[in-house]
Order: sequence, then structure tokens, then C-alpha cells
Amino acid sequence: MSTMGTPAELHAEGIHVVVGGRSLVRDVSLRIAPGEVVALVGPNGAGKSTLLRTFYRAQRPTSGRVLLDGADIWRMTGRQLARRLAAVLQEAPAEFELTVYDVVAMGRSPYKRAFQGDDADDRDIVMSAPESLDVNHLAQAPFDRLSGGEKQRVLIARALAQRTGTMVLDEPTNHLDLRHQFDALRLVRRLGVTAVVALHDLNLAAAFCDRICVLNAGRVVAAGSPTKVLTPTLLAEVYQVDAEVTVHPCTGIPQVSVLPGGRSEGDGSTST
Amino acid sequence: MTRVAESPPAAPPVGGDRRARVPYPLVLTLLAVAVAAAATAGIAIGSVRLPPGEVWGILLHRLHPALVEPTWPRVRETIVMDVRVPRVLLCAVVGAGLSVCGMALQALVRNPLADPMLLGVSQGASVGAVLVMVFHLSLAGIFTLPLAAFAGAFLALVLVYFLARAGGRMTTVRLVLSGVATGEVLSAVASYLVVTSGDPHKTESALRWMLGGLAGTTWDLVWIPAGAVLLGTFVLLGVSRPLNLLLAGEEAAASLGLNVHRFRAALFVLVALIVGAIVAVSGSIGFVGLMMPHVVRLLVGANHRRALPAVALLGAAFLIVADLAARSVIAPEEIPIGILTALAGGPFFLWLMRRRAAG
Repeated sequence: MSTMGTPAELHAEGIHVVVGGRSLVRDVSLRIAPGEVVALVGPNGAGKSTLLRTFYRAQRPTSGRVLLDGADIWRMTGRQLARRLAAVLQEAPAEFELTVYDVVAMGRSPYKRAFQGDDADDRDIVMSAPESLDVNHLAQAPFDRLSGGEKQRVLIARALAQRTGTMVLDEPTNHLDLRHQFDALRLVRRLGVTAVVALHDLNLAAAFCDRICVLNAGRVVAAGSPTKVLTPTLLAEVYQVDAEVTVHPCTGIPQVSVLPGGRSEGDGSTST
Repeated sequence: MTRVAESPPAAPPVGGDRRARVPYPLVLTLLAVAVAAAATAGIAIGSVRLPPGEVWGILLHRLHPALVEPTWPRVRETIVMDVRVPRVLLCAVVGAGLSVCGMALQALVRNPLADPMLLGVSQGASVGAVLVMVFHLSLAGIFTLPLAAFAGAFLALVLVYFLARAGGRMTTVRLVLSGVATGEVLSAVASYLVVTSGDPHKTESALRWMLGGLAGTTWDLVWIPAGAVLLGTFVLLGVSRPLNLLLAGEEAAASLGLNVHRFRAALFVLVALIVGAIVAVSGSIGFVGLMMPHVVRLLVGANHRRALPAVALLGAAFLIVADLAARSVIAPEEIPIGILTALAGGPFFLWLMRRRAAG
């Protein structure tokens, strides 16, 4: 198994993001301990992706700071950050004839100067990253001919090739089938890195994450262990669904079942 | 692991970064041979036809007199050295430069349908060049013309880029429409400047900038574009990793440590410099920068580290042959080379567009 970097503490401090006059993220503070895996959940448009974008420097917070082991990431160079924090995004390479190998090898670029080629170590790292994601037989295949799930796994492999201690994942289980959803998240856990994962599936979040942070309309409305956070009241409030939360008898993990009856009465405001 | 995994016959998990195609060194060797063969033909064929052996004899003799004993009339040596070699060399330089710029532009806009002429960059350079010619500017000596062409190319490129991006995502349609519209306006400006200059001589040389042409190339025309293309290709090769990252998308590239804005600005300048240096001597030659990168990616993949040297060689060979055709088809008259490349490139472009629409 690959040796990742030393897990760092990721600390978001009073993050506000205002874009075009709209507040997308409002006063979010979140401290993630080294090696902790935190799920970021919430309805569409809650600000999950925007918050994550401030972690990998795609979006400068309007106010607030993002600290990695106490160091402000906006005071680092892009390369310095890319050696310490890797991101798995929903953005996939364009329709050019890149091989899976080429795409994963991009993960080595934060360590490379101009004119520097891949050495044997890089090749080992690039080839071992897909192995853990069950795509290494595809190394020479053209990336754009893969299925959605395979592409997603290659992008996770690219982040692994960065050998960072911290990972930010924006819906990494999108397009993945059941088995690969579990494999991907189990892998993130096993790496021992600090990780923030935006997820839609609350049961996956409960099964694999130490803590769940619920965003709604740009604010953190709840954060804590899955058992504490996933309650019918909160789900009704945030998602406007009627849900039942049970604890699995063997694993002790809370499980959310949405009742098909429709919205709960009472807080039926249609704000999104 | 379902449907896609089955279609390529589960290749063994081998290391290395090559595709299961023709080995890369072989591709490069074959392309180099193609350039040499094209150059030999380009030097040998013309109003006076020379046997290929004599071409090499003259070249080797010039390299070092002891290598080959001269058995040819002196006038032939003059034809080869003063007329044909500079022209063939310039063709190679222009072909390589346009192809390399095409590839860089395609990475820049993340779209394989980019080309210096389709994006209006060449026409921008033409306007710069025509301005210098019509108003007899000579602010920077022999560099005035290429610098003016560079300025025109740079402004056109920046304009088209931001027009195509206005309001969010850059789609192929927006990109091509902005490029073509800007290019049309700029060529209209260049034509207007020439027509109103009231000098019949200028009309002739202006035609060269509109349609492309390499007739009457002398040695002193070769150096500036040759230097720009060599240096530019070298620099692009050095940044092949960041070029690859651009293909990954803007945010992904940034998350992988690339300062996207700075890199893109540097690429604007670099591409405009190369295109400016080329257009100042050859005029607008279209579609070379579109076709060559596409062929090369089919051969060696899109990784710029491998694709850039290959595309430079292929572009050089292609343009030498195209120029040979341009001056042979209706000899002793010449067809502007841009007409030939458009005849080949237009249909290619349409085919590429159809294929992409279908895929």
C-alpha cells in the first residue's frame, strides 16, 4: 500500500464566500484533526462544493482563513499546497487522447520542475496508485473511453499519486457502483489521511466517516458523530423529508431510511 | 468493472508510459526520415531538376569541402544554396511552428478544434505586419515586422479567448465563432489598409499575407522565424507537464499546483511570438496547426512530452511537401500555399467536427 504524507490538521476558520452578491458559505468553522475523516453533507446548493473549493485554493474566501497545520494555505504556493493536499474533483480531463497512465501521472507534477521527466519512483507510484483502485489493467487505455465509474477511480488514483497527507473529495462516489463506492471510501479510511468528503449518501457517510458536518444554505447546522447528527428532526429540517433512523444491530452504525410518504408537516417552507 | 473493461482485451498490467502502438522512438525516427525525404525532394524539384544524390553532394560539400568532390556546375550550387535551401528551411520552420502553436492553443482552450488561423491569431499578426508595411514603420530595425505581427497576434488571441469565455464555459461553438468572426474582421482591416495604400506593389505582397506564400525566400528571412520556432518549441517542451495539466481542467490543474492564470498568460505571449515571427514571413497559412496535432495524437497520444517533438517534425515535412505542390502544380506559376492547406484542411475540420458531434 502506498505511503501517504503525514496527515495534517485542516482548520477552516470563519469562512465566508460571497460570489456575485450571493452568500454561498456563511461563517463556517471546522477543525479536522490529523487522520480524521469528515463527511460534508447537505442538500444541493448548500455550499458543500464551494466550501471544498476554498480548501484546494480554487475559491478565495471572502473572509476567514483555511489553515493546514496552522499555516494559511493562501500564503503557500500552489505547488507547496499540492504536495500536502490533494483534491478529487468532479472535473474530468477533456476529450484528448490521454491514457489512464498520463492522467494519473499528473499527480506527480507538484514534485517536478520544468523539463523533468518521470523517474522510476514516479512510475512505481503511478502504477501502484491505480492498483488500489482496481484500474491498473487500464493503464494504457484512453481515458475518455472509460466508463464514468472507471474515470472516477482514475481521478482518485491521481490524487493518491500526489502522496499528500490530506485529501479533499467532492462527491467521489458519483458514478460508482455499490462495490466501488465502498472500496473508494474504505481506501480513503485505510490511507490514514485527513479527509473531507462531500457525500450525498448519508448511509455511506455514517459508515465511513468519523464525523458528519451538515451544511444548509451555506451554514453548518450540525456537526458531530453520525449517531448524534443523523436524527429524524435534522433530516426533516434540512432535507424536508420524513426519515427514520435505526441503528444497525451488528455494526452499530446509524442507518437512514427515507419514508416514501412525502414531506413532513410543520416545517414545510419551500426554501432551498 | 463492466462493459468498458471488456472491450480492450484486458492488457497485462505492464509499466511504462507507452501506448500499445508503434513504439515512440520509431515514430520519431520515421518522422525525421520523412522530413529529410521531403527536404530532398523540395530542394531537387523545380525549374531545374537535380538528382537527389547531387542535392546531398552539394549540401555535404558545403558542410565541409573535403567530404564530397564537386562534380556539378557552379550554377547548380547557387540554385541550391541561395534559392532552394532557404525556402525549404523556411517551410520546415513555418510548418513546425504552426503545428506546435496549434497543439499549444488546443491545450490552452481545451479543444482539439483550435488553430492559429481559425482563432484569428494569424490574421491579427497580418494586420500588424500590414501596418508596418503600409506606414513604413521601422522602430526596431529588422525586428519591426515580426514584433508588429506579434503584437497583432497577441491582441487577437486575448480578444478571442475572452470573447469565447464570456459568460462562463467555453463551448466549441463559441470558440470557433469568436475566432472566425475576429479573423474575418481582422482580414478585412488588413485588406482595407492595403487597398487604400495606393501602391500596386504592395497589393501583391499583401496577397501573400492573406493567402500565405513562401516565394522568393532568402536567407535573411529565415533566421528570425527559425530562432523563434526553435526556442518556442524548446520552451513548450519544458512546460509539457503544465500543458498536460491544462487538459485536466482549470480547477484540477490548480489543485495539482499549477498557477493557471500565470501559465495561460505566458502561453498567450509565447504562441503570439511564434505566430508573429512566422506570419511576418509567410502570411496566414491555415489548418496546419489543426491537422498535424490531431494526426500526432493518434500516433503517440496527447501527452505533450511525446507529442510536441513529433508534431514539429510532422508539420515540417507536411509544409515542405505542400509548398512543393504549390510551386509545381501550375509551374512556372505558383499557387499561394494557404489555398492548398485550406483545400486539405477545410474538409478535415468538418470531418473532425462531425466525428466529435457523433462521439
